[in-house]
Amino acid sequence: MSTTNASSEAPLEGGRSGLRRRRPAAGSPAAAARDRRRSKQRRRLANIAGLLAALVLTGVGYSALAPGASAADDSTGNPSNAVEAGRELYTRSCITCHGSNLQGVQDRGPSLIGVGEAAVYFQVHTGRMPLVRQEAQAPERPPIFSEEEIDQLMAYIQANGGGPTLPSGDLRDGDLAEGGELFRLNCAQCHNFTGMGGALSSGKRAPSLLDANDLTIYAAMLSGPENMPVFGDNQLTPDEKRSIINYVQTIKAAADPGGAGIGRVGPVAEGLVMWTVGVGALLFGIFWMGTKAP
Amino acid sequence: MATTTTTAPGQPTTLVGKAALEVDDRLIVAGPLRRTLNKVFPDHWSFLLGEIALYAFVVLLLSGTYLTFFYDATMTEVTYEGSYAAMRGIEMSAAFESSLDISFDVRGGLLIRQMHHWAALLFVAAICVHLLRIFFTGAFRRPRETNWFIGVALLVLAMLEGFAGYTLPDDLLSGTGLRIFSAVFLSIPVIGTWVYFTVFGGDFPGELIIGRLYILHVLIIPAILLALIALHLLILVKQKHTQFPGAGRTEHNVVGHRLFPTFAGKATALFFIVFGLCAALGGLVQINPFWLFGPYNPAQVSAGSQPDWYIGFVDGGSRIFPPWEIVLWGYHIPPVLWGALGIPGIMFTLLALYPIIERKLTGDTASHHLLQRPRDVPVRTSLGMMAITAYVVLWISGGNDVIAEKFDISLNAMTWFGRIGFLVLPPIAYWITYRICLGLERHDREVLEHGIETGVIRRLPSGEFIEVHQPLGPVDEHGHGQLAYGGASVPKKMNQVGGARRAIRGFFSPIEEPAAVQRQAELEARGLESEQSSRELTGSGRPSEGGRPSEGGRPQQEPRD
Repeated sequence: MSTTNASSEAPLEGGRSGLRRRRPAAGSPAAAARDRRRSKQRRRLANIAGLLAALVLTGVGYSALAPGASAADDSTGNPSNAVEAGRELYTRSCITCHGSNLQGVQDRGPSLIGVGEAAVYFQVHTGRMPLVRQEAQAPERPPIFSEEEIDQLMAYIQANGGGPTLPSGDLRDGDLAEGGELFRLNCAQCHNFTGMGGALSSGKRAPSLLDANDLTIYAAMLSGPENMPVFGDNQLTPDEKRSIINYVQTIKAAADPGGAGIGRVGPVAEGLVMWTVGVGALLFGIFWMGTKAP
Repeated sequence: MATTTTTAPGQPTTLVGKAALEVDDRLIVAGPLRRTLNKVFPDHWSFLLGEIALYAFVVLLLSGTYLTFFYDATMTEVTYEGSYAAMRGIEMSAAFESSLDISFDVRGGLLIRQMHHWAALLFVAAICVHLLRIFFTGAFRRPRETNWFIGVALLVLAMLEGFAGYTLPDDLLSGTGLRIFSAVFLSIPVIGTWVYFTVFGGDFPGELIIGRLYILHVLIIPAILLALIALHLLILVKQKHTQFPGAGRTEHNVVGHRLFPTFAGKATALFFIVFGLCAALGGLVQINPFWLFGPYNPAQVSAGSQPDWYIGFVDGGSRIFPPWEIVLWGYHIPPVLWGALGIPGIMFTLLALYPIIERKLTGDTASHHLLQRPRDVPVRTSLGMMAITAYVVLWISGGNDVIAEKFDISLNAMTWFGRIGFLVLPPIAYWITYRICLGLERHDREVLEHGIETGVIRRLPSGEFIEVHQPLGPVDEHGHGQLAYGGASVPKKMNQVGGARRAIRGFFSPIEEPAAVQRQAELEARGLESEQSSRELTGSGRPSEGGRPSEGGRPQQEPRD
C-alpha cells in the first residue's frame, strides 16, 4: 500500500519531498520506501531490546526471591526444614487441586489427609503427579521432581495429613509361590496374570507392572492410587506384600522357556502370530508350489 | 494274471516287480491303484489350502499322541513339588501338575506341546481359508453340497476339539473360558440347568469335567474328524476336482498333474512345509505359557482372559451384545445366550445351508465342475465379504480389552465400536465389494471388446492421437472383439500374449539367463511368423497386419478409443 502511494505522490510533489530528505536521490519513490522500511526496523529492534531487558530483570528478580537449590540443600537431615521445603513445593505445584489445607478441591483433586507419604511416593515418583490435565486417569511419566524434592513433599504431607509410611528393608523377602497365589487372587483381575496390565472402564486402566520397582508396588498397595483398592496391612500383611513383590519381580525377570514371549498377553497375540506369520508363510509356500514348472 | 510262463512280455523281471505281482495276485489292487495314482489334481495354488489343514491334522495326531504319554486327566488335588520354582508348594489339579511336568520335566515336552498348540491354531485357520476359497469360487454348487456340509461339520468339530484341548491344562486362563461356557449352558432356556449339571456332573467345576473333555479331545472328536476327513476325501476323489475355467478346460475334464509322481511330490513337500512351520513356531514362539497363568481356582480371574482365536468371535458376540433382558413365553433369556449361542448358531446354520439357499435364489440346479471367479458372482462375493466383515468385528470385540489396553483406547469406545460396527460395516463391505466386482468384470469385458492397451500412441492423418489396442481374437467390422465373456482370466498386458519376452523363471532367484530367454523368444517368433505367413489368416482377415502388436491389429478406418 505505502509504496504505491509514494510512487503516485512523487511526480506531483517532487520538490517538497526533496527538501525533507537529506540525500539528493531522496525524491525517488524507491528511496522513500526504503527510509520508511528502515525506521520500521529500528522501532522493531527497540521493542525487542526492551522486552529482553524486562525478561532478564524479571528472571533476576525471581531468582533472588524464589527458594533456590541452596535453600533445599539446607533442609537435608533437618525434618522441620524438609517439611518447610515441602510446603514450598506443595504451594507451588499441588495447592491448586488439593487445596491449601490438603482438604482437596471439588472436581479437581481429592483430599490428601490420611494418604500418607506412600501415596506421595507413588504418585510423584511415577510422574503421575503433578497432573498435566484432567483425564480418565493420570498417565505414567518421567518424574518432575528430584528424589530430594519428593522426600520433602512426602515429609510435608506426612506431617500435615498423616497416613501409611513407606516400608524399609528387603521388599522381596517373601515366599515366591505364595506371592504368586496372592497375586492371582488379589491383583490379576486388573493387572493380568503376567502383570501386563488391563483395561478398565471409560479409558481407565490397570497399568503394566513392567516398569514398577519394589517400592512403587508396595506404595501402590498401601495407598490404592486411582482405581486401585487399598491393600492395608490388615488385608495383606507386610510379609504377604513382600511375597507378592517377589513374585512380580521374579516373573518379570524370568526368561520365556518356550521362545519369544510375544508380549505374554496370551491368545490374542498368538492368534495374530498364527494369521500373520503362520498363514502368511504357508500361503507363500503354496504360491511357490503353484508357480508353473517349465 | 498269467503265471505259467516267465518269458511272456510284460512279466516282471526284478525282485520288487515279482513281489508286487504276488501281492496283486492275492489282493487285486493294481486296477484301483492305477486309477488312484492317475487321478489328476489341478495345479492352482488355492487347491492346496485344504491340504494344509489335512497336514496340520497329521501333525496334531502325532504330537498329541506323544502328549498323552505324560498327561494325567484327573482333577485330584495335589501339591506341586516339581522343578518350576514359582509354583512349588501350590495346590493344583493333577492335570495342571502333569502339564507343568510336560513343559519343564519331560524331554522335548515343551516343544511338542507348543507344536501341538500351534498346529491346532493352524488347523482351524487352514480350514477357514479353505472354506473361503470354496465359497468364493462356487465350488460348493451341485454336486458338491455334501462335501460342503461335511466341511462345515469339520469346522465346528475342529473348534470344539480345540476348545476341549485348550481346557485340558486346567490353568487359570482355560478355567475362565470353561466358566464362561458353564454360564452359557445355564443361559439356555428350559433345559439350561440340566445341561449344566449333566456336563459338569454337579456344580462347577466339579471333579469330572477335565476327564470328560479329555476323552472328547483324544478319542471321540478325533475319531469323528478322521472319519469325516476320510469321507470328505473319498467324495472328492469320486466327484473329481473342480477347476478354474481356461483354455482347454471344460465341464468334463480336469487339467493338472497326476497324483503320481508330480502331485505326490508336491504334497509331500507341502507336508514338510507345514510340519516345519509348526516345529519352527513351537520351538521359537511361546504359546499358552500356563505356568505364568497358574492353576485354575474359581475364586481367581485375570484381566485379558481370552479364548484361542477361533472361539474369539463367540466371546466378542457376548461382549458387545447389549444387556437386554428379554422374556419370551415367560422364560427369562439372558443376553449371554444371544451373544454366545445365538450369533454362532445363526452363522453356522446359514453357512451350512448356503448351497441350498443359493440354489433356491438363483434357480440354478445344474451340475458345475468349472469354478466361478469371485467377480463373476458379485452378489455371492459381496455376501461373503459382508459375513467376513461381521466376523472380524466380532473377533476384534473378543479381544477388545487387550486392544483397548495396548492402544490406549477406552474400553467403552471399543464396545461401542463393536456394536455399531457389527451393524454398519457389513453393508458397507457389501456395497464396496459389489462395486469392485462389477468394475473388474467390466474391465475384463472391455479388454475382450477393445483389446489390450499396448501403450503405443499413434497419430492419425487428421491429427488425432489414439492408443493402439491389441485385440485378443477376431474382430468384427467395427474393430470390436468377438470373443465371448467366459468367466476366465483375461490377459491384460502385452507380455501375457507374447508381446514381450516372458518373465525370467525362478522363485527366489533367476534360474535362467535373460539373454538365452530372449534368443529363444526370437527363435519362436520367427517360427511363428513363417508359420503364419504360410497359412490364411483367420479372424480379421488382414494378412498385411498379421495380428502383430506393433501394427495394433486394428482396422485403420475405425480408430476408436
